[in-house]
Amino acid sequence: MGRSVSIGGLAVLALGMGVFGPGQKSFEVRAQQKTETMEVKIDNFTFGPGTLTVPVGTTVTWTNKDDIPHTVVSADDSKTFKSKVLDTDEKFSFTFSKAGTYPYFCSIHPKMTGKVVVQ
Amino acid sequence: MAGKVRDEILHDHNHDGIDRRGFLKCMAWAGTGAFCVIQGGVLKSYSLSRLPAPGSKETMGELSFVQISDSHMGFNKPANADVAGTLKAAVDKINGLSAAPEFMLHTGDISHLSKPEEFDAVEQILKSAKPKDVFYVPGEHDVLNDDGKQFLERFGKSSKGGGWYSFEKKGVHFVGLVNVMNLKAGGLGTLGQEQLEWLEDDVKHLKTSTPIVVFAHIPLWSVYPEWGWGTEDSAQALAYLKKFGSVTVLNGHIHQTMQKVEGNVTFHTAASTAFPQPAPGKADSPGPMKVPAEQLKSVLGITDVNYVQGQHALGVVDSTLA
Repeated sequence: MGRSVSIGGLAVLALGMGVFGPGQKSFEVRAQQKTETMEVKIDNFTFGPGTLTVPVGTTVTWTNKDDIPHTVVSADDSKTFKSKVLDTDEKFSFTFSKAGTYPYFCSIHPKMTGKVVVQ
Repeated sequence: MAGKVRDEILHDHNHDGIDRRGFLKCMAWAGTGAFCVIQGGVLKSYSLSRLPAPGSKETMGELSFVQISDSHMGFNKPANADVAGTLKAAVDKINGLSAAPEFMLHTGDISHLSKPEEFDAVEQILKSAKPKDVFYVPGEHDVLNDDGKQFLERFGKSSKGGGWYSFEKKGVHFVGLVNVMNLKAGGLGTLGQEQLEWLEDDVKHLKTSTPIVVFAHIPLWSVYPEWGWGTEDSAQALAYLKKFGSVTVLNGHIHQTMQKVEGNVTFHTAASTAFPQPAPGKADSPGPMKVPAEQLKSVLGITDVNYVQGQHALGVVDSTLA
């Protein structure tokens, strides 16, 4: 067992090195984007993390992992952001360009609430 | 079981056939596969899989109707991959009732995602039911994305404002309420001021002896606020109904049968025709409950309501699709 695992590992490493040349640049770009994109998972009727703190300019993407549809709707009167209904595995993104605290909820299950703090 | 439930009415203070202990027993049995009979009185709730014998006293009355709920047409996850099939089974069950009900109430979540084809499918399936009239109120799944515009166009032509309305059948006053619109962050179901004012006016001139049946999607009593299973301003609505001798409140939303009696008001939630949900607090979330395929129909169902003139409340009979 131990032997076959190490051989497998070597093979993957070799393969990785083989494609590294042209692939490296896009890898860096992806790493950079990562600082500007944050994920919120909707699972078990809960937004996770419940409070997300991000820098100005961050795009937050919500993904519904439940069997039941949910929405992401900002709780302020002007509804700063409002998703369509998200069925299983559907996503919604919003880019926060101003600092502030943005409470939101699921308009179908209003007991589900979350918050994005933009600094 | 029938022998056991016979001894439930020990302190029938209201002479309505229900005492506290009997009621608590009903609660304990609800949804677990047994049934509850209130003898010599009014509320007859066969929680699971057993209807009264055809032609028996329990099936007789001046008026009978059926409540169905939470069809969730379009849902296709493991908890029930064939919601059309189970809705058809509900229709078969309705068509098999010994006394044909006069009409049906659908207490919402007709569709899963408010799609036109989902509403179409439900309407098409319900056409094969013997009762031809269906009175709908929306669930939160029926008013997604368009604030209920499509629902109102289809089902709410004669309704007021956001879809509420009332009608009379054989001396019984029926009120359909909408508590799934404009929900607020952190809150429960909401009726709203405009609807409450309408309700107050709607029942103001009725005789106190008029039996009242109120139906709405989200329970009008606090079943489990932690999961949003309740309505913020239901107390105000119920205050307008206090003067009446018999009030029955029929809801859906929680995908299981449950009853509660408070004074002259009997609260009742119907099973879903699509998939079951866990008992309050018995799971991390109120998501669909997966049960073995062979058990599915035993946790889905319809509610048959039978009104006998002169009695205080309505007989409510739940039966499963098994």
